[in-house]
Amino acid sequence: MFYQLHGSGFNQPRTDLPYGKIGIVFLPIAAKEGIHMEMPAPSASVLSRKDQIVSRLKAVLPDAAVISDVMETRAYECDGLTAYRCPPMCAVLPANTQEVAAVLKICHELDVPVVPRGSGTSLAGGALPTADSVILGVARMNDVIETNYADRYIRVQTGRTNLSVTGAVETDGFFYAPDPSSQLACAIAGNIAMNSGGAHCLKYGVTTNNLLGVTMVTMDGQIIEIGGAHLDAGGLDLLGVICGSEGQLGVVTEATLRILHKPEGARPVLMGYDSSEVAGQVVTDIIKAGVLPVAIEFMDRPCIEATENFAKAGYPMCEALLIVEVEGSDAEIDAQLALIMEIARKHNPVELREAKDADEAGRIWLGRKSAFGAMGQINDYMCLDGTIPVSSLPYVLKRISEMSKEFGLDVGNVFHAGDGNMHPLILFDANKPGDLELCEEFGAEILKLCVEVGGCLTGEHGVGIEKRDLMNVQFDPADLEAQMAVKDVFDPKWLLNAAKVFPLDCSAPRRAA
Amino acid sequence: MTPKTEQELAEVIAGSNGPLRIVGGGTRPIGQSDGDALGTSQMRGITLHEPGALTLVAKAGTPVAEIEAALAKENQRLAFEPMDHRALLGTTGEPTIGGVVAANVSGPRRIAVGACRDFMLGVRFVDGSGNVIKNGGRVMKNVTGYDLVKLMTGSYGTLGVLTEVSLKVLPGVAQETTLALDGLDDATAVAAMSAALSSPYEVTGVAHDPVAGKTLFRLEGFADSVAYRAAELTRLLAKFGQLVELDRPRQWQAVRDVVAFAGQPGDVWRLSVKPSDAAALVAKMDAKAVLYDWGGGLVWALTDGGDLRARLGDFQGHATLIRGTGDFPVFQPEHAPLAAISAGLRAKFDPRNILNRGLMQ
Repeated sequence: MFYQLHGSGFNQPRTDLPYGKIGIVFLPIAAKEGIHMEMPAPSASVLSRKDQIVSRLKAVLPDAAVISDVMETRAYECDGLTAYRCPPMCAVLPANTQEVAAVLKICHELDVPVVPRGSGTSLAGGALPTADSVILGVARMNDVIETNYADRYIRVQTGRTNLSVTGAVETDGFFYAPDPSSQLACAIAGNIAMNSGGAHCLKYGVTTNNLLGVTMVTMDGQIIEIGGAHLDAGGLDLLGVICGSEGQLGVVTEATLRILHKPEGARPVLMGYDSSEVAGQVVTDIIKAGVLPVAIEFMDRPCIEATENFAKAGYPMCEALLIVEVEGSDAEIDAQLALIMEIARKHNPVELREAKDADEAGRIWLGRKSAFGAMGQINDYMCLDGTIPVSSLPYVLKRISEMSKEFGLDVGNVFHAGDGNMHPLILFDANKPGDLELCEEFGAEILKLCVEVGGCLTGEHGVGIEKRDLMNVQFDPADLEAQMAVKDVFDPKWLLNAAKVFPLDCSAPRRAA
Repeated sequence: MTPKTEQELAEVIAGSNGPLRIVGGGTRPIGQSDGDALGTSQMRGITLHEPGALTLVAKAGTPVAEIEAALAKENQRLAFEPMDHRALLGTTGEPTIGGVVAANVSGPRRIAVGACRDFMLGVRFVDGSGNVIKNGGRVMKNVTGYDLVKLMTGSYGTLGVLTEVSLKVLPGVAQETTLALDGLDDATAVAAMSAALSSPYEVTGVAHDPVAGKTLFRLEGFADSVAYRAAELTRLLAKFGQLVELDRPRQWQAVRDVVAFAGQPGDVWRLSVKPSDAAALVAKMDAKAVLYDWGGGLVWALTDGGDLRARLGDFQGHATLIRGTGDFPVFQPEHAPLAAISAGLRAKFDPRNILNRGLMQ
């Protein structure tokens, strides 16, 4: 879930942060302080040693790269999950791997908790500080280290934003495939921490499928190299478990990423249906026919209506709308779309519209891309991220609609239909006492439903603090124990981002040790 | 011992003092480990296949052939094209899906679509203490908790014994065409393969066989699309020579299974390298024969024995001794910090060190 409060200024560039150009940070918005997500009590011992800790950090970093002023640390008090906020004890902005290692070595020695931060766009609270923590921001580390077209990889510092990785290679016809919606702002460091996805992962996979190697600093300050320009691991697949570990195993400072040549072209088709069951069947039939579109996006009626009022993309008013995009040469696109449209027609669409040119393609995508903004015009909303088996779509949508009536809160559904990753948007009024709590309760019920039908709590946003307390719904104690055992190996003192992912009562003995 | 259920397996492991040697179909005896054989072949069967969701779940002992047959009925396949080691290693038996996953076995299409580990959605396994553990699931996008699915894939049974795996599958293709260039030296062949892989034409196999003097390029998809891309690729690679369409069925199976080395005396090494380093590394190998796959990123070498790694010196990548013996490790030794982490993980998942003891060290 993440929260967008009505009419607030999201996604605005900040100019008041140190080092000027550190990209775009989500502005804190009129928020309610720490609602009811429990966080561990800050360590009195650490807080009492703040001056000593800051001076040790200043000994290894330029003065300006250590932020300890109480007003300035507020810049790091939250990430994209703005309902929860807590300024850190201090923040550091190292410029390279060696500085990261120096910082971690000090924090390890002094038993200071560390919360790594990319661009702070996490929707799950992955970069939410604790009051006794040092925020380790990688935003100053955004260089391209090497570009190699013959071997099809790029090596970057991980503070670099997702879109600017593609930006570094696109004039030569290449791109980096994972494309989370926040790609203008989000950093590769955060993408690796959360194993971010995007709209096109049906064909290209998510971050873990496009990550070849990393330089990582472990909590004790050791610099390790994993993977590189070659494929797959010679020993255990450590890269595989580091990707998606939410900054709990180490701080990734450099990454080798797979780049691909851009397709010759891409074009979408839009189709509308009178029921979500039928739309779900169309998705299944397309996939079974052997076409593999790069994206299949789904919107339901509440979302279509909101979007039409907001963006006027010319969408048909119907129960379910699909956008299917394919890639290739013009002739290949024609052939694939012909097959897709033939399948679509068999299910009596209320609308079937093929983009004939870039302008029409843009209009087809316009509504989908403005869906979140459109819902935000109606009210505050919370966005969920569960995944379900595609076959359960009609049942899940029916249950969500029933629950919507029970809770008295409206829901719009947008989702990546090809892979079952849902983004239900629950509307609520942040100014109405009890509404946010009701909304959170509703959200938790939807996520439990996702697990019940064979899916999971989060498809691409991560657990963070937001889904942390629901982990027991999906995992048995032995399952969580096995995951925590991995952290024991990488971070025996449990200092790195330790209040996230695992329910606090599960991780308590380790955090206290 | 061949337990019939996950629960039975858990009891066997919990009650054993080991060491235990984990066996799927027994077709890939890579490396050595001592102990009583613990087989998974009795835990078999496809538990779920949802063609419309591109997912398949099977118990670890399920034969790969059974899975491929079930998928073929729905015009689907395991896109990572798992290698069959039997010919190369001179083994008999039935390859199992658990064995494929435990060894992260992939084939030529890995270069285009990803390895076995990229198609893995979920696992169930029993760790070295007898705990039953699950991770991942059966949906394609899942970032809930740590990705132990990747960690288990390719861990050769040293962290736990797989009992069930779930996989992403892909549609089959209408047409496959193989084009070939003739007579290129290794370095030029790698350059040609890189050019193909750096194009938008989606080649799904790129291999070079210096013995036959052929550099191979595979295109797959709808017939018109394959014809179009074949023509474009021919134009793109014209500076390397004239691409000729090959009419050899099973060509890619031969690459996948390295059949050229089957029955040939000597050690067989498998190296994952940076493609543009491949030809120079091969020159140092003193190999009897080599085969390049993955555009040069995968090198198979047949040697007269001895430590190939010593001949290569430090290089980016890793080398595994797939067949043969010698006074050197089968798996690429890891740099000290990584070796310490790997040892730490093994100690957590198998604290008594009873599962495939010493296999990957």
